Amino acid sequence: MQEFNSILAGFGGQGILFMGKAIAYAGLIDGKEVSWLPSYGPEMRGGTANCSVCISEEDICSPLVTNPNVLIAMNLPSFDKFIDTVVPGGTVIIDSTLVSKKVDRTDVNVSYIPATEIAESKGLKGLANIILIGKLLEQTNFCSYETIEKTINEVVPARKKNLIPKNMEAINIGMNYKN
Amino acid sequence: MKGNEALAEAAIQAGCTRFFGYPITPQTELAAYMAKRLPKIGGVFLQAESEVSAINMLQGAGAAGVRAMTSSSSPGISLKAEGISYMAGADVPGLIINVQRGGPGLGGIQPSQADYWQATKAPGHGDFHILVFAPNSVQEMVDLVSHAFDLSDNYRVPAMILADGLLGQMMEPVEIKSSDEKVELPKKQWATCGHNNEREHNIVNSLFLQANELERVVRERFERYKVIEENETMCEKYMTDDADYIVVAFGATARVAKAAVKDARAKGIKIGLVRPITLWPFPKEELKEVAVNAKSFLCVEMNMGQMVEDVKLAIDCSRPVEFFGRTGGVIPTPAEVLEQIVKLSGGEQ
Repeated sequence: MQEFNSILAGFGGQGILFMGKAIAYAGLIDGKEVSWLPSYGPEMRGGTANCSVCISEEDICSPLVTNPNVLIAMNLPSFDKFIDTVVPGGTVIIDSTLVSKKVDRTDVNVSYIPATEIAESKGLKGLANIILIGKLLEQTNFCSYETIEKTINEVVPARKKNLIPKNMEAINIGMNYKN
Repeated sequence: MKGNEALAEAAIQAGCTRFFGYPITPQTELAAYMAKRLPKIGGVFLQAESEVSAINMLQGAGAAGVRAMTSSSSPGISLKAEGISYMAGADVPGLIINVQRGGPGLGGIQPSQADYWQATKAPGHGDFHILVFAPNSVQEMVDLVSHAFDLSDNYRVPAMILADGLLGQMMEPVEIKSSDEKVELPKKQWATCGHNNEREHNIVNSLFLQANELERVVRERFERYKVIEENETMCEKYMTDDADYIVVAFGATARVAKAAVKDARAKGIKIGLVRPITLWPFPKEELKEVAVNAKSFLCVEMNMGQMVEDVKLAIDCSRPVEFFGRTGGVIPTPAEVLEQIVKLSGGEQ
């Protein structure tokens, strides 16, 4: 992708900000310009959390994304808030375990994936966000598979290194899931 | 790295060994980082009981000749105002970080540039200026920290990094020059750091009861300000060479403005951007130069229009200066700025 301007949104605690960091890190590994900007308002406390992540070949002008070409929504309020801001032709990925609505726009590419449910059933609790990164990779090729492997190795904290295989399993599940 | 943390690490690499602070959103990560790092390198992190104490601790550390820093966000900076004035009056160097949020009063916690007037005109009572730097990226924040420390020491003038919540909270890749060698700091003959009876004792003080004496001290300081204005002004010019119209914006807003300038150029509008990096001293000469060929100016800020009057003064009101801003913590979008640029250029689309 030439310009990657994304909004990732959901509840606090779902790993939204971590998902954003991982995506930005992948861009960094590929030698691109990246930015990650969290929402840090009072809405974080138990409410919605979201972040803007940009990856670009050139300097990033505005790190605040208002019209994303990638949206990942992990709850209904986020879906409602951001779905109309996506640019035509953009990619929308929805955790359909948590968002029951369907997109009524026809000018965006939508993937529904019950990431939270899959994570629970496969013993990957808490890795729904990583499954969604897998889906994002399959949909957009925003980086290579090799880069994602490196990324996971870098962003998983040292004391949780034993979880790297599970994270990669989550990536693979997301990549191979078909609607 | 997160902007707030990058500011802290950059300060440590620049030889800052003392930090005094008090928590406030959106700058708290800076203090938290210092709390973790400073004790490990033999420095001092101290969470004061209030912003007023923190700034006075900074004054004390600065007077003793060590590199020291404090940080806060808008309401906290107001509380520091008295101490900043005392530091200026006693020629004490030190670095103050303001990660601005919306005001006045307690305001909000979202990004803002509404402390422009405070930073550049009245950071406290009395006849004085402080150095004010307005970075526009995490990397530039890092680069300006060591520069601000150096200038503050050289000129014995307090310095401020005027950031905002967006820059403090965002993460970008950064390079921080780290050296294993200890940073060589300039010798401060005036510092009150103990003398073992080997020299006369030094006095660092801002009280001058004789009017003539106080006037002399203030005038001497203003001579230094003149040197600073001549030598230390920084600004970035982007596509100004053939520009009919000029956008002026600083800090994070300048990034949004740059995006709009690029879009406007794609529409065939001859527009450029001037980004003051030092807000005091203000890049008057650079603005005067671009005014020769420009038809009009547009100031874009995250406030109700505070820098706009400095732009008018810089160009002696020789061209119209329009203003567009969002305030209260709302960040302008490139599309909004583009709309204003199109309007400025007579709506030729």
